[in-house]
Amino acid sequence: MDRAKQSKWLVALSLLMSTSLVSADWSALNMRQGVTEISRQVYDLHMMVLWVCVVIGIIVFSIMIYSMLVHRKSLGAVPATFHHSTTVEIIWTVLPIVILIAMAIPATTTLSAMYDAGEADIDIEVRGLQWKWQYTYLNDDPAKEVKFISSLLTPKDEIYNRAPKREHYLLDVDNELVIPINKKIRFLITSSDVIHSWWMPDFAVKKDAIPGFIHESWAIVETPGTYRGKCAELCGKDHGFMPIVVRAVEQAEYDDWLVAKQQAAADVFAIVGKEWSHEELMVEGEKVYTQACAVCHQSNGQGLPPAFPTLVGGAITIGPMEGHIDIVVNGKAGTAMQAFGAQLNAAQLAAVITYERNAWGNDKGDSVQPKEIHAMLGGQ
Amino acid sequence: MSEATNEAYETYYVPSDSKLPIMASIGIFLTVFGIGNVLNDMTAGAEHSIGGWILMVGGLLMGTTMFIWFSTVIKENHAKMYSQQMNRSFVWGMGWFIFSEVMFFAAFFGALFYVRVFGIDWIAGLGNRGPADVVYFENFVPAWPLLNTPNPELFPGADKPMGWFGLPLVNTILLVSSSVTLTIAHHGIKEGNRKKLITWLGITVALAVAFLVCQVLEYQEAYSHLGLTLNAGIYGTTFFLLTGFHGAHVTLGTFMLAVMLGRAIKGHFSDDDCFGFEAAAWYWHFVDVVWIILFFVVYVFGS
Amino acid sequence: MSAVIEENHHDDHHHGPAKGIMRWVYTTNHKDIGTLYLWLSFAMFLLGGAFALVIRAELFQPGLQIVEPEFFNQLITLHGLIMVFGAVMPAFVGLANWLVPMMIGAPDMALPRMNNYSFWILPFAFAMLSSTLFMEGGAPNFGWTFYAPLSTDFGPPSTTYFIFAVHLMGISSIMGSINIIVTILNLRAPGMTLMQMPLFVWTWLITAYLLIAVMPVLAGVVTMMLMDIHFGTAFFNAGGGGDPVLFQHIFWFFGHPEVYIMILPAFGVVSAIIPTFARKRLFGYSSMVYATASIAFLSFIVWAHHMFTVNMPLAGMLYFMYATMLIAIPTGVKVFNWVATMWQGSMTFETPMLFAIAFVVLFTIGGLSGLMLAIAPADFQYHDTYFVVAHFHYVLVPGSVFSIMAAVYYWLPKWTGNMYDETLGKTHFWLSFVGINILFFPQHFVGLAGMPRRIPDYALQFADYNMVSTVGAFLFGFSQIFFLFIVIKTIRGGKKATSRVWEGAHGLEWTIPSPAPYHTFTTPPKDLTEAHG
Ligand code: HEA
Ligand code: HEA
Ligand code: HEC
Ligand code: CUA
Ligand SMILES: [Cu+2]
Repeated sequence: MDRAKQSKWLVALSLLMSTSLVSADWSALNMRQGVTEISRQVYDLHMMVLWVCVVIGIIVFSIMIYSMLVHRKSLGAVPATFHHSTTVEIIWTVLPIVILIAMAIPATTTLSAMYDAGEADIDIEVRGLQWKWQYTYLNDDPAKEVKFISSLLTPKDEIYNRAPKREHYLLDVDNELVIPINKKIRFLITSSDVIHSWWMPDFAVKKDAIPGFIHESWAIVETPGTYRGKCAELCGKDHGFMPIVVRAVEQAEYDDWLVAKQQAAADVFAIVGKEWSHEELMVEGEKVYTQACAVCHQSNGQGLPPAFPTLVGGAITIGPMEGHIDIVVNGKAGTAMQAFGAQLNAAQLAAVITYERNAWGNDKGDSVQPKEIHAMLGGQ
Repeated sequence: MSEATNEAYETYYVPSDSKLPIMASIGIFLTVFGIGNVLNDMTAGAEHSIGGWILMVGGLLMGTTMFIWFSTVIKENHAKMYSQQMNRSFVWGMGWFIFSEVMFFAAFFGALFYVRVFGIDWIAGLGNRGPADVVYFENFVPAWPLLNTPNPELFPGADKPMGWFGLPLVNTILLVSSSVTLTIAHHGIKEGNRKKLITWLGITVALAVAFLVCQVLEYQEAYSHLGLTLNAGIYGTTFFLLTGFHGAHVTLGTFMLAVMLGRAIKGHFSDDDCFGFEAAAWYWHFVDVVWIILFFVVYVFGS
Repeated sequence: MSAVIEENHHDDHHHGPAKGIMRWVYTTNHKDIGTLYLWLSFAMFLLGGAFALVIRAELFQPGLQIVEPEFFNQLITLHGLIMVFGAVMPAFVGLANWLVPMMIGAPDMALPRMNNYSFWILPFAFAMLSSTLFMEGGAPNFGWTFYAPLSTDFGPPSTTYFIFAVHLMGISSIMGSINIIVTILNLRAPGMTLMQMPLFVWTWLITAYLLIAVMPVLAGVVTMMLMDIHFGTAFFNAGGGGDPVLFQHIFWFFGHPEVYIMILPAFGVVSAIIPTFARKRLFGYSSMVYATASIAFLSFIVWAHHMFTVNMPLAGMLYFMYATMLIAIPTGVKVFNWVATMWQGSMTFETPMLFAIAFVVLFTIGGLSGLMLAIAPADFQYHDTYFVVAHFHYVLVPGSVFSIMAAVYYWLPKWTGNMYDETLGKTHFWLSFVGINILFFPQHFVGLAGMPRRIPDYALQFADYNMVSTVGAFLFGFSQIFFLFIVIKTIRGGKKATSRVWEGAHGLEWTIPSPAPYHTFTTPPKDLTEAHG
């Protein structure tokens, strides 16, 4: 191929690259600076290393390109005969060492700062579950502990392109994690099934949630706002659908929110206490089912065997009530079936169990009252 | 090459086409496919499994092929088709094979080291991974051997650890002496004393078999009296996997030595041509060394 | 690839190749076996590439269009495994089989029957691995890194077959490597010292050592999985006192050296090609050897840089960060040596040279992004995003794969006796070069902007770059069909190649006729002045 042809290719290439660069919003090109002291340090470190790499790249490639342009046979270049030089070899060994040391120093400082968890103002347990997050605001008084599940809000229709995708597609959850600004929040990260990873880019926090262990990480958020992240460790089928949303608010707003949550938890007692009709249980049950169970057992109850068994005519589902309650409340260790006793309240449990026994052609006709479940769970 | 260039050149034997490798490939494939089938059916609770048959066919094919393969090599050797250089290839080959085995054991010793030194402390919130004030398994006390597992429902810990004094000590003595008797047998070859070779090699094989018998007794003891099972948590896990893989290697080594005994009786081996014997011997010494490490790490300082 | 039958008058092995398909099944000839490896590798490259194209097609737009998430995970797993174990590794073993004996003046590989065995295990292993797609519950769906407990307690039944497939690949690699080491150490032509060997031989000597050291560890870790799945052991279950992180340590103790297994032979290839077309001796031969050895040594002690987010203690984090950064030094030496070889040479730019130069540039880009990943605090932001995907594809595709293509163009005339068509070769190069950059460069950006890897669907802000990337993938992918065409065309005919083939080529393989006779160096060469360039 002659020179002219080659340069045509090069022009085409650079055009392609540059159109792709301008076609998108530049803010979507780089790491976020984030909203904590640490995240900004990380950003600076990233930029520093990036520029060093870019400069090294440019120098190395320029020398290569110069040599390719000038030392070519077609221009009559005659090959030199040197084949080593101790001096330059020492230089290009020592110089990189110096550069690396210069990078390692700030990296060490930042890393040490990140590992310094110290005394926190608020402790939040973050628990990864297939495929949602459970947040618990730890409190010395267990009655004041606030605990809820946070899962994907984006409807299936948007995912399967049957409805237009709205803003925050795949980055929206039903219950956000709410935290006050300028307080040291400690995240105690763990998991009940497989490894997940709690990643909040704006806080520069990414920590694996590993079953059997509790890992800590922390953040002091400086600016109020809603921040979005995702699960960052392959955790099975719906790994891509496990977003994280944190809303950082002023202290006062946080206090109000917390009280409201605590009140809501107390209200559940009232709901659990009352007598439910079969229809009420079925209506509530379908809601709970769609939200908590359908990811695995599918909305038609057929599951995805063999990973997720069908509930239609399933041995346990239409078997004795005790067995059914047991598997839903306690789950089955070592499988994806979680212990929902720790996630749902007694009313929801009763409803969903009743629903399963009477939906999709299952026709047991029986039902279980929240009160009974509550008693079984060891409630007063 | 280390020797001088003017040395007379010996032809390096390059065998012509061979049916053996493809048979061995099919054999090994059927073997593992069969095992996979058996295991899956076992775990799924199926009543019968065709895997056993596949495994049997594969195993037979594999066994036959290996038999023919090694016979061929021996015949070629006797036909003086191998040069010194060829023999060196076998020596190097065996050496690197043993190195790969060392690395296989290293993975399991590494796992044991990890859980003992870091893992169980970390589960209890000790050490410096994660916070000390909250732990996943409350009331879990790390200790080695780990008899009280974090989750006793899933992993009922062992009642008692396996001590080093009884069978394990006997086994150590058996194995160490077998290395000695094997060396004496080797001297037998070197001295051209066939009777000495056969006697001491025979004793070695007997010691090896005795070791295996003791190992089986020890496992029975573990299962029936100590509650020490594969399912007993990480102590049982590492105990059985390390000793089990060692046992598997002893079995293979015993087999090799038995074959060498057969060959010795048939009159093979001379002081300058006994690589088959030496390879088996190296393997045996390797297995022996692994045991010594095991004895200290798993038994003496592990219980 | 060559089907040349040569009359050989040595009394003890006068065999030319047998006829028909059985020639390939029974062969003990290093050239035949090399050819088999290369074809297997190419087939796997197409298969793994086809999976990649489905992945890219799904990611063309946000939303789920083509595959369900469950199947997507199976695709990425098989793509990763097949590319690593099926495409790149066998290709390098194939090159070693073809070239090592010719480069050191040996009659064949040291253990020819075992050589055949090493190869023929592989088709069975990959057949078993691929067949998992059709099993109940589907193929393995936990990524090529198969972290426990996703792969143990939560894996599909086909995991068992996956484990045994890995065992088979391991056995094959170990035997193959033993063969290569023994050949190099024992069969060099009399008088050839280690420091006279071509760099390709050196890099393979060290690679084979790495393989023998780490494949058994991989076998160990999958065996532990097998026990956890079927026998209730507790290696990776904290409930019994084990630890899922233990899995990652053992896996990466294999996994990190593994990535150098996929790049060291590439260094060897490039170190052969650049001097040829620069018509100038390789700069710093001995420092190249020492750098390769240092990289291999360091590769054993940096594994946990893949695990910065598992909450290692601070001291561990710092250690693994520093150790990882050190690898930039010997690798830099290599890059600088190549540049210095080109400097003041007399260069021409035939296809192999183009691929080799693209290798140096694009591998360096990938290496530099690797260095960024090594900075632990920043890796918290990069880890498990497309930035990592971009990094490793830059070192693997325009790295390892380009070097393989360079090698094929470079030695194809020696193998077949025919020259490939230079225009077609250059077209293939430029299509690949453009395609690969469109494919992987944008992934740096989406990664930094926060797109996690291993997801079938993504947030709207990543849409543009994913679209670009997919276009690049199809361009690059279909260019490889073109490559297949060029290779077949060359095998079937073309301008006859001379024995030296390239004006500036040095090495024993260029002293024998093209195509290389079925048996070469049945008596060792006397004249070693050609041994390395
Ligand atoms: C051929 C394969 C290959 C190669 C050669 C490399 C080379 C390197 N890799 Fe890469 N890597 C992978 C394949 C490879 N990697 C794969 C497959 C993964 C992902 C696995 C998975 O999770 O699925 C991965 C992931 C990975 C991670 C984990 C990221 C994460 O998951 O969070 C890290 C972190 O440190 C890393 C670092 C490096 C470094 C420092 C090098 C160095 O060797 C690079 C050295 C080279 C240079 C630096 C450029 C040349 C040097 C100079 C020009 C000298 C001057 C330079 C300086 C002084 C800066 N790699
Ligand atoms: C050497 C290794 C190697 C190679 C060569 C490649 C090549 C390619 N890879 Fe691969 N990739 C990995 C190793 C490799 N990859 C690994 C280890 C992972 C991680 C897996 C994991 O997360 O576990 C990964 C993950 C990975 C992802 C991320 C998936 C995710 O995280 O969700 C993506 C996405 O774009 C991708 C794309 C591609 C593409 C487009 C190519 C292209 O270069 C492919 C080129 C295409 C062809 C060669 C196709 C030719 C075929 C046709 C044109 C069709 C004809 C078909 C037939 C005849 C059957 N790869
Ligand atoms: C993350 C996946 C997942 C979710 C979410 C899930 N399940 Fe399950 N479920 C499983 C798995 C896996 C099993 C099979 C367990 C086993 O191996 O026995 C199962 C089993 C069951 C069974 C027994 C079926 C049988 O006949 O064997 C019932 C009943 C059941 N689940 C109900 C529910 C209810 C009610 C919910 C929601 C409140 C729910 N599941 C949510 C995964 C899930
Ligand atoms: Cu949870 Cu990924
Ligand atoms: Cu690595």
